[in-house]
Amino acid sequence: MEVDQLQRSFLEYSRLLFHEGFLDGQFSQLQLLQDESNPDFVLEVVSLFFEDSERLLNDLTIALDQQNVDFKKLDAHVHQFKGSSSSIGAQRVKNVCIAFRNLCDEQNAEGCLRCLQQVKQEYLLVKTKLEALLRLEQQIVAAGGAIPMLNEFC
Amino acid sequence: MEEMRSDCSSSGVQELHVLAVDDSLVDRKVIERLLKISCCKVTAVESGRRALQYLGLDGERSSVGFDELKVNLIMTDYSMPGMTGYELLKKIKGSSKLREIPVVVMSSENVLARIDRCLEEGAEEFLVKPVKLSDVERLRDFILKGEEKSEREFSHKRKMSDDSCTLTPSSMASSPSSSDSDLPLSPMSIVSDEPRPKRARLLDDN
Repeated sequence: MEVDQLQRSFLEYSRLLFHEGFLDGQFSQLQLLQDESNPDFVLEVVSLFFEDSERLLNDLTIALDQQNVDFKKLDAHVHQFKGSSSSIGAQRVKNVCIAFRNLCDEQNAEGCLRCLQQVKQEYLLVKTKLEALLRLEQQIVAAGGAIPMLNEFC
Repeated sequence: MEEMRSDCSSSGVQELHVLAVDDSLVDRKVIERLLKISCCKVTAVESGRRALQYLGLDGERSSVGFDELKVNLIMTDYSMPGMTGYELLKKIKGSSKLREIPVVVMSSENVLARIDRCLEEGAEEFLVKPVKLSDVERLRDFILKGEEKSEREFSHKRKMSDDSCTLTPSSMASSPSSSDSDLPLSPMSIVSDEPRPKRARLLDDN
């Protein structure tokens, strides 16, 4: 039946994302917070994350584009990005942010530029994957099914 | 500032009112949901300044009576622009009106010096982000126990003051029943006023 297939695809895809490190246990925590009274919770949080990230990436680009880079300001932006990515379980983005902060500490402008590229890449990757995952979720719900829980990754 | 009602009215559990302070939109959304699903009322604000406004500590009179806004717990992020969570903590603990409200500090950074500093200043606990449902549930249970204890002490205090309303310290010498007692019988002494513990506390059952 369609719902079964969708649910299996959803589980397979989730497991893949976890195994590849795109998502971690915190994403499962968010799934736990979704129920009939708040069926779009994960979608809402993830959407907020996308908006927030785009703003932060823009701020980071501008900050690194200055003649004299303000590393303290740069670090503040990276810290925010690290925080929000950690809160939704976007593990790879978070990890790049950790490296990025070290480079800010070292006041390494070139290293920071490279890291910025890397964090943009990781963000776009996780964004694409989350959108695909959430689309699957919506299809399951539309077909009348329940979203399978990712308990093993909590 | 947003105020939301929890939907756990039928559970019979007393609903705590939690003030959550965090500059991150994503984190505010998550903490709100964590608290609501744990049957707490939530007010989420984006800064220490707004938190103080809400608590009526910024000099402006709140339009509603304090009891209606009674906050049972404050959960604040540590790193915030403007006023940090630590500074907010200090202001709350420095206020006679608010210092009894438990404050929990949250941070993505697990820095021992930072944790110590917050606990020294009177924070109930320091949670490392990202905060999980189990953290919130444990915290809620701990605070609820504390509230129950205060309620009992308050009833006890009122009973004592009813029974001994003539036994103020200045009249103790003339009152026969208290001549052997070293303890002042004024209601204020019933509520213990221990200094806040300096070590990290595990939220185990008492």
